[in-house]
Amino acid sequence: MIAAAFERARSEHRSALIGYLPAGFPSATGCVRALRAMVEAGVDIVEVGLPYSDPLMDGPTIQAAVDQALSAGTGTREVLATVGEVAHSGVPVLVMTYWNPVERYGVERFANELAAAGGSGVITPDLTPEEAGPWLAACAEARLDPVLLVAPSSTDARLVKITARCRGFVYAASTMGVTGARTAVSTVAPGLVARVRKVSELPVAVGLGVSSGAQAAGVASYADGVIVGSAFVQVLLDAPDEDSGIRAVSTLAADLAEGVRRRSP
Amino acid sequence: MSSLPDETGHFGSYGGRFVPEALMAALDELEQAYADARADPSFGAELAELHRSYTGRPSPLTDATRLSRHTGGARILLKREDLNHTGSHKINNVLGQALLTRRMGKPRVIAETGAGQHGVATATAAALLGLECVVYMGEEDTVRQALNVARMRLLGADVVPVTIGSRTLKDAINEAMRDWVSTVDTTHYLLGTVAGPHPFPVMVRDFQAIVGQETRAQVMELTGGLPDAIAACVGGGSNAIGIFHEFIGDESVGLYGFEAAGDGVSTGRHAATLFAGSPGVLHGARSYLLQDADGQTAVTHSISAGLDYPGVGPEHAWLKDTGRAQYDGVTDAEAMEAFRLLCRTEGIIPAIESAHAVYGAVQLGRRLGPGTVIVVNLSGRGDKDVDTAARWFDVLDPPADTTAGAPGEQM
Ligand SMILES: Cc1ncc(COP(=O)(O)O)c(C=O)c1O
Repeated sequence: MIAAAFERARSEHRSALIGYLPAGFPSATGCVRALRAMVEAGVDIVEVGLPYSDPLMDGPTIQAAVDQALSAGTGTREVLATVGEVAHSGVPVLVMTYWNPVERYGVERFANELAAAGGSGVITPDLTPEEAGPWLAACAEARLDPVLLVAPSSTDARLVKITARCRGFVYAASTMGVTGARTAVSTVAPGLVARVRKVSELPVAVGLGVSSGAQAAGVASYADGVIVGSAFVQVLLDAPDEDSGIRAVSTLAADLAEGVRRRSP
Repeated sequence: MSSLPDETGHFGSYGGRFVPEALMAALDELEQAYADARADPSFGAELAELHRSYTGRPSPLTDATRLSRHTGGARILLKREDLNHTGSHKINNVLGQALLTRRMGKPRVIAETGAGQHGVATATAAALLGLECVVYMGEEDTVRQALNVARMRLLGADVVPVTIGSRTLKDAINEAMRDWVSTVDTTHYLLGTVAGPHPFPVMVRDFQAIVGQETRAQVMELTGGLPDAIAACVGGGSNAIGIFHEFIGDESVGLYGFEAAGDGVSTGRHAATLFAGSPGVLHGARSYLLQDADGQTAVTHSISAGLDYPGVGPEHAWLKDTGRAQYDGVTDAEAMEAFRLLCRTEGIIPAIESAHAVYGAVQLGRRLGPGTVIVVNLSGRGDKDVDTAARWFDVLDPPADTTAGAPGEQM
């Protein structure tokens, strides 16, 4: 299903747009509504974050959202339920999760229940290929796409090792740093994407820092997918209430969707 | 046994690397730099000279005869890491990693700190070697260890209070990791304990192993034999591994780690990770941790900032599972009882962290019986804790009742 979404974008001569929110943020139902609003406004693939107490890869924006979701009692079951509700909207849904909650839930159990809920894949930002063996087996069994990350500092040998273990797409962390909107999207990302293309046929999606249609268009000029997280979280954090937050998510998603179709250099 | 970890940093199923890909190149670089340094005699010589002329090693072994009256006949020896420059065992590891930082050509170090002892040691080494230094410290810890915050700032370090999460050591490690991901080209993360991704657990252990090596020679000289038991407090586990490691192959030597049981393990307000936790992944490695049913890290409590941590080094997890070491909890109240006992019997004010080990050793002595020899790793001195201890004992003792040492000596 993930491959099909990238294929469709490719046939339309554009990049795919991938939108992220943590489950339970701004509330359990608010998250589902916001993700559906993204899809209606043109997001091709949805990432549901599993809120975790120690989000090492995340900057202050996503930390704040995750804190709020955890305080509201969002656990692994709630994440799976969120996936189930968003999967009805017809786009592929991935879970983005740090590793320990998966290990704790049970590797096979997590994979099987996510697949049963309609999930298509899982992004694991702190699972290295060296430690991923049992997880990859469980994903294969459950027909889920495992997505690992590559970074600007990854050697070519590591790019081979990592991409060989990815399905669906390869997640390229565009900068050396944590999540968060940036005024200028990284200058090293195009080089990283080019290096990935030499070793893998998979689509490459770029994340970390995109917050506007113009930035999305810039990334779309060299990547198969544009991942946006903190910017969606930020408009929800800034909104005076949930309804206006969701309207702001729609507006942002439409701007980004227009951006990935523009592909300006 | 001493061949652990394997080449991928595993102690059995524990250890390894669970980190963002962005850090893998830096961990590989560190592993290589450490291997090169170990093979270079000039590195070892420079470190040995710093230990001798700067830290004041070897640290003495004190025969604690008056304390030993409270153990039912067991003889307690104190390995005096509290007498090191900067006041704890932390300096042993810091000097090693600081020299390594210079070898790697990086101008900046960052560190996490709980009690502030690792932060102070890092700030000290940074000043000594001319490195820029930023220390992350949970906001709660900056309050309870205010003296150490001032020390770090006097030494020229930038202390950043961490205001997210539980505002203690675990959150300080998160912030340091976030800094490192963005600055890895110029910065070494000078981790203060035997936790974290490979190669930290093995490298920090090696830098702390000097404690056990000296202990072996000193106990042999004093008693003519090996000790019966070694006792150490366990936060992340570095002072414990440091003194254990030399004795792992000596099956007759019991290895005992004492964790912070806070208000009591049954209350849920504690930090007894090995005693009450379960296997999982935190801060880059698989080990025991305190977590809920969903794998969210638990909020911990201890009167001692340096033990107030929900994780523990992977080698300890392996030592526990194999039965080679035993781990038990010591409550806040028990640790403070031992704190006072050591003050009154030996004229030594210990770090509250180390007081956990003193309590454990006294209890152990009563179990092991007369004639046995127990070495306690007295990991640090209590200057930083005077404020906490003064308030603690004000609560327990009305001012009129301060005349006799008797209550404190009754343990
Ligand atoms: C004096 C002292 N002992 C023990 C510890 C606990 O650390 P570890 O378990 O790594 O020795 C600390 C940490 O801050 C400390 O300052």
